[in-house]
Amino acid sequence: MSPVIQLENIEKVYDTGAVPVYALRDVNLEIRRGEFVAIMGTSGSGKSTLMNILGCLDRPTAGRYLLEGMDVSQLDKDQRAIVRNQKLGFVFQGFNLLRRTTALENVELPLIYAGVPAAERARRARVALSIVGLAHREDNQPNQLSGGQQQRVAIARALVNDPSMLLADEPTGNLDTQTSIDVMNVFQRLNRESGITIVLVTHEPDIAAYAGRIITVRDGRIVSSTGLQACVVPPTLEVSPC
Amino acid sequence: MLIPVLKIALRALARNKARSILTMLGIVIGVAAVIAMVSLGQGAQQQVQQQIASMGTNMLILSAGSQNSGGLRSGAGTSTTLTPEDLQAILRDAPAAAAASPSATASVTLVFGNQNWTTRAEGVGTSYPEIRNRGVSSGDFFTDADVAGASRVTVIGQTVANQLFPGMDPVGQTLRVRNLPFRIAGVLEAKGQSQFGQDQDDTLLIPYTTAMKKLLSTTYIPSAYISAVSSDATDTAQQQIADVLRARHNIRQGQPDDFTVRNLTDVANTAEATTRVMTFLLGGIAAVSLLVGGIGIMNIMLVSVTERTREIGIRMAVGARTKHVQSQFLIESVVLGLAGGLGGILLGILASFLLSIGFGWPQLISPVAVAGSALFSMAIGVFFGYYPAKKAANLDPIEALRFE
Repeated sequence: MSPVIQLENIEKVYDTGAVPVYALRDVNLEIRRGEFVAIMGTSGSGKSTLMNILGCLDRPTAGRYLLEGMDVSQLDKDQRAIVRNQKLGFVFQGFNLLRRTTALENVELPLIYAGVPAAERARRARVALSIVGLAHREDNQPNQLSGGQQQRVAIARALVNDPSMLLADEPTGNLDTQTSIDVMNVFQRLNRESGITIVLVTHEPDIAAYAGRIITVRDGRIVSSTGLQACVVPPTLEVSPC
Repeated sequence: MLIPVLKIALRALARNKARSILTMLGIVIGVAAVIAMVSLGQGAQQQVQQQIASMGTNMLILSAGSQNSGGLRSGAGTSTTLTPEDLQAILRDAPAAAAASPSATASVTLVFGNQNWTTRAEGVGTSYPEIRNRGVSSGDFFTDADVAGASRVTVIGQTVANQLFPGMDPVGQTLRVRNLPFRIAGVLEAKGQSQFGQDQDDTLLIPYTTAMKKLLSTTYIPSAYISAVSSDATDTAQQQIADVLRARHNIRQGQPDDFTVRNLTDVANTAEATTRVMTFLLGGIAAVSLLVGGIGIMNIMLVSVTERTREIGIRMAVGARTKHVQSQFLIESVVLGLAGGLGGILLGILASFLLSIGFGWPQLISPVAVAGSALFSMAIGVFFGYYPAKKAANLDPIEALRFE
C-alpha cells in the first residue's frame, strides 16, 4: 500500500531580507495509511511550518511532497484548495467554527465548496455529527456549545469530506484536562475503529502519547521518530496490538 | 454552486442589518436623487417646450423691407412690394411652407353702446389660428368667404370683450370699428401676456382684405405669418421663401432683399438648451451623491473583509477557492447596490410625483433614468465591491487563520 504522505528533502526558506531563514531543511517523512502520528517540537522549531505544508496551506521552497502518490508541492493556490477540500480535514486549536452558524451548517461547509447538493450535504453532515456524538446538537450555534463540543463539531467538519488524512493542530490547546481526554479519545477511536490517518501537532507529551509514533522537530529538522512504526492498525482488528 | 454562495452572502448581510441598511441608504438616496432631479429637469423642459410651442415653434415672420426713397430709408415694413399674391406664390412654390397669413395692423377705436376702447386691429387670413396656435373660445373664426368678400366681421380678444361687453356674450353683437359696424363672429382664446409683457388678448382680428381696403387703404401688406411644415423645416422654409420672393420681386444677384424672414426657433433652441443643461446639472449633482453611496459600499465591504478575515481563512482551509470567496463578497456588494437601487427607484418616483404636484408640472418619470439607475446601482455594487472582494480572495489562508 502506498504511503499517504511522502516528503522528500523538503525545504522551506523565508526570505526576510539579508539573511534567508530556514524554517525547514532536508525533511524526509513517510506516513502510512492508518497511522496516528504526533509531531512535537518547541515553538519556533518548524512544526507549524511542517503542518502548513502537510495541510497544503503552504508550499515548500524545495523538495517533493507526495500526497497519496500525487505531487502536490507545486500546486497553485486554487489547486491546493481543491486538495484540501477533497483529501484533508483540519482541526485547529481555536476550533475555527463559523460564528452564528449552526453545527450542522458548519459541518456542511467543505461540502458546499465541493459542489455537493443540499440534501446530500445535510445527510452526510448528520452522519459526521453522529460519529462525534453530537447528533442532538446539530441546530446549536458554537456559542451554545462547550469547548469540547465545539472541537467535536470541528472534528465532524474535518471528517465530512471523507479525507485521506486528518490534521490536528494543537487540538487540545484551549481545553481543560478532562475535555482534552474526551477529545483525544474521539481521535483515538476514529483511528482505531475507522482506520483514519491522523497527524497531530502538539507540545504536550501526554497528548502525544495517544499517537502511535512521535516525530520530534527541532531547528527545522526531524531529530527523532519514535514509536512502533509497524503498528498500523487495520480497521478490522478490534483489539489494538499497541 | 452559486445558490449556496448567494445564501451565504445574504445571511452575512442579514446578520448586520443596521449596517446593511445604512449602507443601502447611501445608494437609495443617490438613486432617488438622480431620478427625482432628472424628472424635475424633464418636467421643466416639457413645460418650457409647451410654452414655446404655444408661440408656434415652426412659425416664420415675413416682414416687408425698408422703403428707400432718395437715400432715405424708412425702416422695416415700409416697402410696398409685399402683396397677398406673394404669399400665394410662396405656398405654391416653397414646399417647406405649410400655411401663410398676412398681418396688417391698424390702431382703432372701438365703440359699443356707450363704451369705447382703443386697441390694435390685425388683419389676418383664415390660417391664422393654425399658424399662431390660437383658436376661439366661443363663436367661430371668420371664413374664407369673409376674406374674399372683405366682410366686416371680427374676432375679438378677451380683453376687448371684458372692456366692451362686461357680463354679456359678445358673439353676434355688432361693434363699431372706426365707425364702421362689424359683426362679432367669435372671441379668441385668452393667451395672457407675451414674453415682452404685451397683453396678447387686447386685440381684434379682422379679415386682412377688410383691413387693407377699409382701414388702411393699401394694396400691400407689411408682414405675414408663415408656418413651416415642421419645426425642423424652418430653415429650409426660410430659404425657399427668400428664393420665391427674390424671383417675384426681380431682385438681381448681389442686391439686398426687400423683405426679411425671421423664425422663433432661436428662442426655442435657447430655452431648450437651457433646460437641458439644467437637467444635466441636476442629474450630475445627484450622480455625485450616488457615487458617494458607492464609496460607502466599498468602505463597508472593506471593513467587512477585515472583520471577517478569520472566517475567510476557515473557508479557505476547508476548500473555498478564489472564485468562491470573491463571488461571496461581490454578491454582498451587488445585493447592497441593487437593493439600494430598487429602494431609490421607489423613493425617486415618489419624490418626483410630489415635486410635480408641488410645481404643477407634468409628471415625467424618465424610464431611462429608472432603468439606468437600476443598472448603475448594480454596476456600483460590482465596481465598488470588486476591490474588497479581490482583497478577500487574495488573503493567504495561513495569515487569515492566524488573524485575531
